[in-house]
Parts: sequence; structure tokens; C-alpha cells
Amino acid sequence: MGKMLMKGNEAIGEGAVRAGCRYFFGYPITPQSELPHYLAKRMPEVGGLYLQAESEVASINMVFGAAGAGARVMTSSSGPGISLMQEGISYLAGAELPCVIVNMVRGGPGLGNIAPAQSDYFQATRGGGHGDYHLIVLAPASVQEIVDLMQDSFDLADKYRNPVMLMGDGVLGQMMEPVDLGEEKILSIPEKSWAATGRMKREKKNLINSLYIVPENCEVHNIKLGEKYKLIASGEQRWEEYRTEGAELIMVAYGTAARVCKAVADLCKAEGMPVGLIRPITLWPFPGRRISELAETAKSFLSVEMSMGQMVDDVRLSVNGKKPVHFYGRVGGMIPAARDVFNEVQFILSGGAR
Amino acid sequence: MKKIFSRPESLKDMPFHYCPGCTHGIVHRLVAEVIDELDVFDRAIAVAPVGCSVFCYEYFDCDAYQASHGRAPAVATGIKRVLPGSVVFTYQGDGDLAAIGTAEIIHAAARGEKFTVIFINNAIYAMTGGQMAPTTLLGQKTTTTPFGRDSEINGSPVKMSEMLSVLDGAAYISRVSMHNPANVAKAKKAIKKAFEVQMAGQGFSMVEVLSSCPTNWGLSPVKALKWIEEKMIPYYPLGEFKAPSEVV
Amino acid sequence: MPRVTFREERCKGCELCKNFCPKGIVEMAGHINAMGFHPATVTDIEKCTGCATCARMCPDMVIEVEKEEKKVG
Repeated sequence: MGKMLMKGNEAIGEGAVRAGCRYFFGYPITPQSELPHYLAKRMPEVGGLYLQAESEVASINMVFGAAGAGARVMTSSSGPGISLMQEGISYLAGAELPCVIVNMVRGGPGLGNIAPAQSDYFQATRGGGHGDYHLIVLAPASVQEIVDLMQDSFDLADKYRNPVMLMGDGVLGQMMEPVDLGEEKILSIPEKSWAATGRMKREKKNLINSLYIVPENCEVHNIKLGEKYKLIASGEQRWEEYRTEGAELIMVAYGTAARVCKAVADLCKAEGMPVGLIRPITLWPFPGRRISELAETAKSFLSVEMSMGQMVDDVRLSVNGKKPVHFYGRVGGMIPAARDVFNEVQFILSGGAR
Repeated sequence: MKKIFSRPESLKDMPFHYCPGCTHGIVHRLVAEVIDELDVFDRAIAVAPVGCSVFCYEYFDCDAYQASHGRAPAVATGIKRVLPGSVVFTYQGDGDLAAIGTAEIIHAAARGEKFTVIFINNAIYAMTGGQMAPTTLLGQKTTTTPFGRDSEINGSPVKMSEMLSVLDGAAYISRVSMHNPANVAKAKKAIKKAFEVQMAGQGFSMVEVLSSCPTNWGLSPVKALKWIEEKMIPYYPLGEFKAPSEVV
Repeated sequence: MPRVTFREERCKGCELCKNFCPKGIVEMAGHINAMGFHPATVTDIEKCTGCATCARMCPDMVIEVEKEEKKVG
């Protein structure tokens, strides 16, 4: 199959369908609306269900039920809606249910606006809801990568029995790019012997639960989850490197900001400046191992974000004081301009510090 | 000798954690008996709430889910849409269903979701220490209405069965009571009918059960049942608010 | 004559069985069980009709009732 032009939000939908997702529960919010529009048409074609819930709170709990029943299921929203889902996401993590949650991040806090932002990084990577847990967080930077990562999202969710969040923004959702959907794959969805589907002569009952009333048992459960997160953190760090070979300054940026930074790296190359980019694809687990290695050779780092500085904390933790870590950000729905980032890079390389 | 009365098979043989005289135990038994009689244990799925009956997932021996506070109808929606052949029921108290979960119960009913809701109305928040519930009666003293519920401050009690029965998606809505043996028998019939309506695919079904809370009402178990009869039933009349002309 | 069995260790002494027994033969025992309640018991089994009202009003399923099968014809 050749390449076709697709909008980012629609690519999320098609990617999900091709990954075997047959259930979508959601509540409308800008700027992700094309995704529910697409799935409302597409799900019935593949024998799936698109159901519009009464709220994001209901959506995420419908996801809880469907995931517990063993289905590949997803929801999507943006900032305020994702905030409403946090209790449910915590329950999903506690009950170890696989599902995919899409957050097309918008300007905040509060109602903010509907323009692209990356200000939900902390919420996504630190857990977001109550209790000690992590989501696996993936951040695509192109429409093609959206399609590819949707497959990975569902696979990772099932592999680790953990909710996965795909983080984008209005730019990625709205942009049209050529994508190769590839041949429809025969899916290998793992059997879910833990799913509560009715006992059907099963010897033991299956229970979907996050309640451990006895503190000793709840500690055991938390330690077990912690071991799982360790395993994910060591095995699933993903990133892309661009012009990092011999780079003295390394930009760190993901998603839309990384697209800008790629252009900056090209500008720098043209000017003979040794500047590279590391683009985290997994925001959690953060690709800290590679950044730590690069801190041996690079002279400084610059975290470029559409926030007041959130991921920069992870960059600093990874660099661990070995080299200076700088930050450049635009917020409130503003996107960093390549020229401005370039100027910042020049300033840092010339020994400037803020 | 023939057993006239013994524990239903769908109910695990373990002691309940409920207070003495709390009628949760009777309702649990009725639901389990209905599951046994309809022979649906293998495809029954329970959704437990947050509240006193949170551990009902331990007692019902079928597969089960524990939902976040008020969201059992959303969880049940997800389950039933994935497993249309299953027999799904939520078990919820008045705080769970009539306060924090109001949106979820109304919209599940409006969509005509094909599961059954067992709604325990005991006019109080019991697990958290006897606070006012949306169903607390006017004048009723609770730990957060120490001078009695005042409609000027707290509004009036919510009649969920009446509210839900006007929705087209609701196929069977009934209010029953635990206050004496005859009404316990009627409650069982209502619960059975609600399950049958679900299994016939006719729509949403709910049985509201007027239930006692001797501990937080400050009454003996026997007097608490009298209180249901004398105080609750006049405000919450019993009967079927909506029922299909026949269960197909 | 019917047989009424009490799982004494599970009785919480709520007295609903006693209150609703149509023959008034359910009483609370003088001793206490492991949970500290006076458990229910039947005083005069001769009068029991095996109606199982006590069992049906027991929130803790303490009571089991058995009865001779009626011979038909």
C-alpha cells in the first residue's frame, strides 16, 4: 500500500483500529475532536464500538470496565478532560489494567486555551492521580510516528498490564502528512487469563480491584508495581538522536518542539555549530541513560519545551550535575520559533548564561 | 429431610463484615438466590461500589470489579458493551449512586444500558460515620445535620426511582423494602424481574431497596425496621415505577 | 418435626429472627459467642412449623431450616 495523506488526529484513530482496538469511550473536547469523529465512523466498520460518554469521568471508568473485560480499549481527551480522568487512571494503574489514553495537550492552567502546549508533562510522567504509579508515556513527532506508536501503545499496555498515554498537541493533531499504513498485520494479542469475563467454570473467580485494606498487603502490591516500573524503566527507554555525534550542545525536545529543534540543528550545521538533538519518544520512562552517556562528551544541554520548564527536571536528573543544563520555553499555546531557539543556542555556545 | 432454607451457592461461605442487624446481608442473599435460580452464575459479573458494601465483591462468588466512588454504572457499561452475553449488576449505596455518581446512573439509564442496579437506600452515609446522604429525610439527625436535615440548608431528599423512571432507556424501576418478611419476599421478586429484564435485553433495570442502618440511626435492629416502615416509606413509596408489559 | 440449625459463631445477636418468628420460639441464649453476642436459638422446637421466616430475616445467614418431605398421595 502506498502513502496517503492523513491528519494526525485521524491517524491516531486508524492506528488504534489497526492495533486491534475495538472500543472507544470519550467525551468531546478541542483540540482532539477529529479523533472521535473518525472513530465514530470507523468503529462500526470493524465491528467495534464508539460510545460518547456523559463526561471524562464516565469515559475513563467505561475504559476500566472494558479493559477489565479483556478488550483493547482507549479514550482520548485534552488537558482539562485528562485532569478529570485522573482518579480513574489511578484505579486503572492500581488494578493493572491495560488501556491507551490519548492527551492532545492544550494551553493551561484552568481553561487556558485550545492551542498546542506541553504543559501536562509533569501530570503525565509523575503519575497524575493519587498514589504511587506510572503511566508509560509516548510522544510522537509526526503523523507516521503516531500510527506506529499506536500499535506500540497497545502492545506495551498488554505486555505490562499498565495504562499507556500517548501525548500530542493541537499541531500534531491538525497537521496532514503522508503516512504509510503498511499491510494490515495479523495481531497477536496476548491471552488475558486475569480478565473478569464471568467464571464460565473457571476454578477461581477473577477480580478487578485496587483495594488492599490491610496495609501489609497494600505495601506488597506497591512493591510489586514498583518492580514492574523498574523493569519498564530499564527496558523501554526510547529516543531519536539527530546530529549528536561530536555535538557540544545537545538540545532535548519532544513532539512538536522537537520538530522545531530539528530545524535548529540543521541551521546550526549550516553555520558550522556543533549542535545536536535528542528527542525522547518515551517521556516515561525518560531516556536518561543515553543523556547521561552524552553528558560525558557534550559541553551543555538545552531543554526546549512548550512549558515553563518541566522536562528540564528530568534532563537535569540525567545529566546529574556533570554539565550545565539550560532551558528555553514558550507557553500558553505559543510554539518556539526556530530562529529564537537558534539565538538561544548561539548565546549558550558563546558562554552566555541566564 | 429437605432443606427449606440454606445459603445460596453464589454467595461465598464467609462471615459478612456488616454491623448487627444491617440489612445489606439480606439483600446480598436475595441477589445470590436470584443468580442461582436464573442459573447465570457462570456469566454473572458484580460491580462493587465505594461505601459499606465495598467488599461485596468478596461475598458474591462470581467474577467482580471494584469501581471508584459513584462510577459503577460507567464500569458496568464498559463491561457489558464488551461482553453482551454476561449478566452484570452493580450494587451501590445512596452516597455512591445518588450523590457523587448521579451523572453516571442517570446516563446509564438514559442509554438503556442492559445491566441491573441494586440501589441500597438507607438514608445515611454509613461507612464514613453517619453523615447526611442525599436521601436523608427532612428532620433526620445525622453527624452532619446534628439539628436535623433542614430543607433551607440542604434541600430535600432525592427520589431516585421516580427520577429515573421518566427516562425512556429505563425498562424496569422498582422500590422495595427490607422492613418485614413479606416485603423481603417482594424484594426478591423485584430483583429477579430486574435480572430478567436485563437478560431479555429490554433495557436498564434498577431495584431501590429501603434498607436499615441501626448503627448510624442509633436504633436497635428491630426498631430500625420499624423506622423504615414509619418514616421512610411515607416519603419513598414502594412499588414498580416502570415495568415492561411483559418480560420477553 | 423441622430442624433449625444455627451457626452460632456467626450470629450478631440482632434479634430480627426472634422478632419475626410467628410462633415466638426464637430466643437469645444466655451465653455469648466468640464475637461477644448472645446468639439466637430455638426454645421449643415442637412448635416450629419450618416456615423459615427467621432464616429469611437473618442478615448473616446464620440459620438453616430442614423439614420432612411431604408424602404425596
